[in-house]
Amino acid sequence: MSALKTTRAIGHRVIDAVWRLGVAARFLAYTLLHSASSWRRFQLIVKELFSSGVMSLIIIGVAGTFVGMVLGLQGYETLKRYGSESALGSLVALSLVRELGPVLAALLFASRAGSAMTAEIGLMKATEQIAAMEMMAVNPIARVVAPRFWAGVISMPLLAAIFSAMGVFGGYLVGVVLIGVDAGSFWSQMQSAVDVRNDIVNGIIKSCVFGVVVTLIALFEGFDAPPTAEGVSGATTRTVVESSLAILMLDFILTAFMFRGV
Amino acid sequence: MQRTVLDLWVGAFVLAGIGALVILAFKVGNMSTYNGSDTYRLQAYFTNIGGLRPTASVRSAGVLVGRVGAITLDTERYQARVELDIDKRYQFPADTFANILTSGLLGEQYIGLLPGGDDEMLAEGGQFKQTQSAMVLEDLIGKFMLNQADAKK
Repeated sequence: MSALKTTRAIGHRVIDAVWRLGVAARFLAYTLLHSASSWRRFQLIVKELFSSGVMSLIIIGVAGTFVGMVLGLQGYETLKRYGSESALGSLVALSLVRELGPVLAALLFASRAGSAMTAEIGLMKATEQIAAMEMMAVNPIARVVAPRFWAGVISMPLLAAIFSAMGVFGGYLVGVVLIGVDAGSFWSQMQSAVDVRNDIVNGIIKSCVFGVVVTLIALFEGFDAPPTAEGVSGATTRTVVESSLAILMLDFILTAFMFRGV
Repeated sequence: MQRTVLDLWVGAFVLAGIGALVILAFKVGNMSTYNGSDTYRLQAYFTNIGGLRPTASVRSAGVLVGRVGAITLDTERYQARVELDIDKRYQFPADTFANILTSGLLGEQYIGLLPGGDDEMLAEGGQFKQTQSAMVLEDLIGKFMLNQADAKK
């Protein structure tokens, strides 16, 4: 009998997950449908760009610099064994532009801005501000969700680019200034290894995808949260966990498609 | 927060992001070596291209003169057909050698052009008559071992 119960429990979970996925997809479609009005009132997006983009600048910049510095240090130690320290520039730049920039910036964005979005919308729902908007015939999706969605989608690639640029600077700082790798070979090896179309543009596409996914998860969890203190805290946790997992899995899939044989 | 201050910060953020993208494209990437339309296309056939990749550099006397475009297998002669995008500023004689070389012992492969003495120059769509394939380490070792065996006899 317990085997039957377990099977039923698994089935229940799977159906629940698929159900939520479907609701989230409809939520995305509904948001896209109602985003025209938020583009007309661009000031709404600007306000959200400030809270999700500008406020994330410091953590992104500092994290990027330190990741680059660590890459410089570790890469130098490894490359030294093969006598190819001059390849340090291409190692640092390629790993940042292809992987670490988009992924780490998206992880930081999910925990810094995504969780704030979920908590904000969840609290709006708990204090019945959303219901009040509906009472006044203001569409909460158009007024609250769509500006935040577009702000997230716009700021994610910019933050990833800033992360990568700061990372390259950090790698330069450690590799060239501190350790003394030749600056000329550092930059020229980097430039010959990093291709604009294959590496940089693919990195930007990755971060755009992550921006859509992270913002969608954050907004959906906030909108879907039970209107209690416990519900909002649970939704905030789920946002960070789900978006981190989604980023890492999507990164693998995107990498498998983008960098095949490059 | 006041609207002007908000606008200022968001503007600075967007500019910083675009600036980072420009730095990535020009300082980190190879955007500065893309010259757009002022190149002409030449072809070369190689029996073995080794590890040559598209966008590898084409050099003459060590100077970057172009980039490798598409690489395909010509099924009529079963040789690799390599397209070379050469900078318009540089012209090469019709009997120029095209060799696949390696920068350093383990470095990346590139095409080295060794100009001949012909008066006629290669034009758009032209083809290198003389080419030398990439060195394949296994072949070199095989030859070396054969020589050793012969020397012992």
